[in-house]
Amino acid sequence: MALQSRPRARGMTPRDRVLVGLMLGIPVLADLAFVWFPALSSVVLSFTRWNGIGGLDQIKPYGVENYRIAATVDPQFWPAVQHNAIWLLVFVCLATPLGMLFAVIIDRNIQGSRVYQSVLFLPVMLSLALIGIIWELIYSPNYGLINSITGHNHDDNLVNWLGDPHLNLWAVLVEACWRQAGYVMILYLAGLKAVDPSLREAALIDGSNAWQTFFRVVFPVMKPINVVILVVTLIESLRAYDLVYINSHGPVLPGLELLSILVTQNILGEQTRIGYGSALGVVLLVISLVPISVFLYQTFRREERP
Amino acid sequence: MTAQARSTTAPAVAAASRRRARGSRRAARVAALVFMITATVLWLVPILFALYVSLRPVEDTAQSGYFSLPRHLTLGNFTDAWTQSDMQRYFLNSVIVTVPAVLVTLLLASSVAFVLSRVRMRYTLTLLILFTAGNLLPQQVIITPLYRLYLLIPVPEFLSENGLLYNSYAGLILINVCFQLGFCVFVLSNYMKSIPHEIYEAAVVDGASLWTRYWKLTLPLCRPALAALATLLTTWIYNDFFWAIVLIQRGDKRPITSALANLQGQFVSNQNMIAAAALIAAIPTLIVYVVLQRQFIAGLALGSTKG
Amino acid sequence: MSHSVTPRPSGLPGSPTSRRSVLKGLAFTLGATAVPAGLLTACGSSSSPSGTSSGGSGGGATTVTFGSNYSDPAPKAAFEALTKTAGQQAGATITLNTVDHNTFQNNINSYLQGTPDTLFTWFAGYRMQFFAQQGLIAPIDDVWQKIGGNFGQAAQSLSKGLDGHYYFVPIYNYPWVVFYNKSTFQEKGYEIPKTWDDYVALLKKMKGDGLTPLAFADKDGWPALGTFDILNLRINGYDFHIQLMKHQVPWTDPRVTQVFQQWAEILPYCQPGATGRIWQDAVKTLESKQAGLMFQGTNQVAAQYVTDGKDLADLDFFAFPEINPQFGQDYMDAPTDGFCLAKNAKEDTVAAGKKVLEYLGTGDAEATFLKTDQWDVALAQGASIPTYNAIQKKSVEMIASCKAVSQFMDRDTDPGFASNVMIPSIQKFINDPSPSGIKSLQDSIEAQAKTIFTN
Repeated sequence: MALQSRPRARGMTPRDRVLVGLMLGIPVLADLAFVWFPALSSVVLSFTRWNGIGGLDQIKPYGVENYRIAATVDPQFWPAVQHNAIWLLVFVCLATPLGMLFAVIIDRNIQGSRVYQSVLFLPVMLSLALIGIIWELIYSPNYGLINSITGHNHDDNLVNWLGDPHLNLWAVLVEACWRQAGYVMILYLAGLKAVDPSLREAALIDGSNAWQTFFRVVFPVMKPINVVILVVTLIESLRAYDLVYINSHGPVLPGLELLSILVTQNILGEQTRIGYGSALGVVLLVISLVPISVFLYQTFRREERP
Repeated sequence: MTAQARSTTAPAVAAASRRRARGSRRAARVAALVFMITATVLWLVPILFALYVSLRPVEDTAQSGYFSLPRHLTLGNFTDAWTQSDMQRYFLNSVIVTVPAVLVTLLLASSVAFVLSRVRMRYTLTLLILFTAGNLLPQQVIITPLYRLYLLIPVPEFLSENGLLYNSYAGLILINVCFQLGFCVFVLSNYMKSIPHEIYEAAVVDGASLWTRYWKLTLPLCRPALAALATLLTTWIYNDFFWAIVLIQRGDKRPITSALANLQGQFVSNQNMIAAAALIAAIPTLIVYVVLQRQFIAGLALGSTKG
Repeated sequence: MSHSVTPRPSGLPGSPTSRRSVLKGLAFTLGATAVPAGLLTACGSSSSPSGTSSGGSGGGATTVTFGSNYSDPAPKAAFEALTKTAGQQAGATITLNTVDHNTFQNNINSYLQGTPDTLFTWFAGYRMQFFAQQGLIAPIDDVWQKIGGNFGQAAQSLSKGLDGHYYFVPIYNYPWVVFYNKSTFQEKGYEIPKTWDDYVALLKKMKGDGLTPLAFADKDGWPALGTFDILNLRINGYDFHIQLMKHQVPWTDPRVTQVFQQWAEILPYCQPGATGRIWQDAVKTLESKQAGLMFQGTNQVAAQYVTDGKDLADLDFFAFPEINPQFGQDYMDAPTDGFCLAKNAKEDTVAAGKKVLEYLGTGDAEATFLKTDQWDVALAQGASIPTYNAIQKKSVEMIASCKAVSQFMDRDTDPGFASNVMIPSIQKFINDPSPSGIKSLQDSIEAQAKTIFTN
């Protein structure tokens, strides 16, 4: 175990050591047993063939066949990878900057900032069921809000927001940004509030305008929060799943494929293909873990240095 | 700090630049105001629209679409949703799961964060990454082995009627706690690192034990961060439906979000009533947010940006 | 930052004492979970309130739990009434465990392997046979010895697993047919089409009259599977359809191409944007008489009419027209719902559970269930259901006149194949019905089928 605690100069009493063991031991064990162990088991399962029924003896080794099927046979795999990439791109280039912009403006205490803040954060608090129904009411081809307003609600001219494979990813991304921007805003706002006001005043007095102040003074100081936001953006775009799940109603609609949803369909369906689903999960895992752990390591290491 | 020094030497320059900037700053302010109001309205429209639909009887919207002038407005959908779908029970289930899960997560995460940030030892970084990365794993990668594990692990009967983690509130709380630990450890350890360690040195001199330093000293100082995390955790755990769908077998033991997640779709449905039900289900998180809002921003500040 | 001194760690890295105390800590936590575990295993089986070991024949009050996917208010109420009566008849207390329809199906796998209810609602067809074959549904031949006489040949064979044993007790079924509003037909002077040519001519005429000829929705994915089924049944017959469902014929077969081509012929008359529309909204266009026809199950269309407070008396239907004279209108999808006994059910509830099934397999039980149901029909022979409306009466006749009924694609084939391969493929077809699209679609379906149907 990684628990060789090196007591401080003033020493720890045996009682303290037990306490440290408990405070660290219980959470670490729980995390290993219920998060890491299952995740690693999934990696093993990805090299097998198993319909999820019966004892472990039913699991048959399958080599890398699952990965081959994903890459060469499954018509949903590559679109899913592509859509995940688009999702990430939109989050990084659009939702996150938008959320930051909201935060910066609200932080300047313009009239009604409390109201903007509450409203913009609202979507983050809503449950999936509500978000699903809300956007169903908006995008519904014949009865929905958008098509009704624009007059495209007749069968000969309607816009098929969620069904058209060239359109639906963008329609769902609107929903995703609707939620993500508020989330980023609140995190960023928290960071901004913590910036020492004297720093900003100093910059203003120096003759910098608001933008200069922000980019030269505030932004660099906010490194920790920027890290959090980048991580959150990465996770949310790779794990993106729930909106597509609720908008698709059943199996994922063409045009909306995402890795996470393909994993879910194979692992949670009525008839499961655990091995195959796990293989897709491992692909997702590798994609998400590699950049994130490199990134985290860099950040934490820099912080460790006094 | 250098800023301090400069502010005393350059008042004249500052005054001039302030005057120059005043005009353009007013324009910027108006632009910002217009932008924020537009955004706020746009953000609100979907929710208000759902509210509007939920206030109309289904016969009305079936005839003329959701976007039409109302012939009647009624609370009937809300009362129907409340009575027909057994919502009280689901709400209670959500409370049974969410409250302990949030508290236990905060307790465990704060102890880990405390040890990692306040006790010098090896592998601090490894452990931090272990936790943080654990929270980044996709739920789908965990669920199959977890389900099997839950069928194997016995627990005392007062926690689970079938004696297994499977289909028990305890099991649902457990996975929520384990899964959310990562983010909280990350935030709290950042926050705790920002607490000046002179405070701790003083405490040690006073003979405070490790426990005292954690429980009596650190936790109170972390109150804003804990409040912020409590808000976020409540939202996440309350709104999660993935774990419960697989790990809870009885329909009447499901938390409200999983109970409602699939309401639309397969069979005949009344979208207006579903909208009403979903709106009712959103109330608790909104209350939590309103109550903790002030602490929320301060608490997420993560401390460490202060010079 | 003003870090002054970094406290230096004292001499021994990882001193033995600290490691031991940590291990002690770990042991404590492990012990905390392990000790109650031992106590527990003993209690597991005796947790049911009644101490009696079996349901007994007389008036024992064994509790039978019943997993139900009847989550909509109307069927839920009907099912509660039915189980209450069934409990009285069987001398058992029945408690319901209702889970919403979608979740119930998606979870059936983990549900049945975990700690399932004694009885549960399920579907006939391969969907039941698969789980029976996997040993998750218990055989109930003894129940069928008592109820066998209540059902005809078709219902009997529907209830059997691949091994010839009985695993299922049916309660109702419903047909997939073409719906229309009588008033629209009267007003415009439309005739019921008997053949494909009549059908296409009617669609054309409706389009000319400014109607959407066929209301159509496939956002949910499964509704369009029904259209594939009926076209395949009409063009290639029942035997071919079932072979295809079991993947005994490749999906690249030219006969499958023909199904898609025929479908492409009527797609221009279908309501556009189907992949973005939920089927309830398609029914609404029929309700509001903007659409002329709609092909779906009575269980959905008629039920939605009732929910939306529309005039059920104006709703009528006809069997899908003939395409290939060899098969006429001999077949249709008529999905059957019913009940099974879980293999992993608590042993002391099995006897009582079977008693409940014996009652559920009677015309009397079907009549009880259908009292409030205005769209499904009973399967029991000679069941007299006084509450039948015109739609139900016609459904009974139509199903009875078929030489064979299929269950529906997601019940006749591997459900995973249906939902993960066929649904997206057919949605793709609806978006792009070009001949080259059909060809590549068939190739892709076949390639995926090969990775799923391997034995």
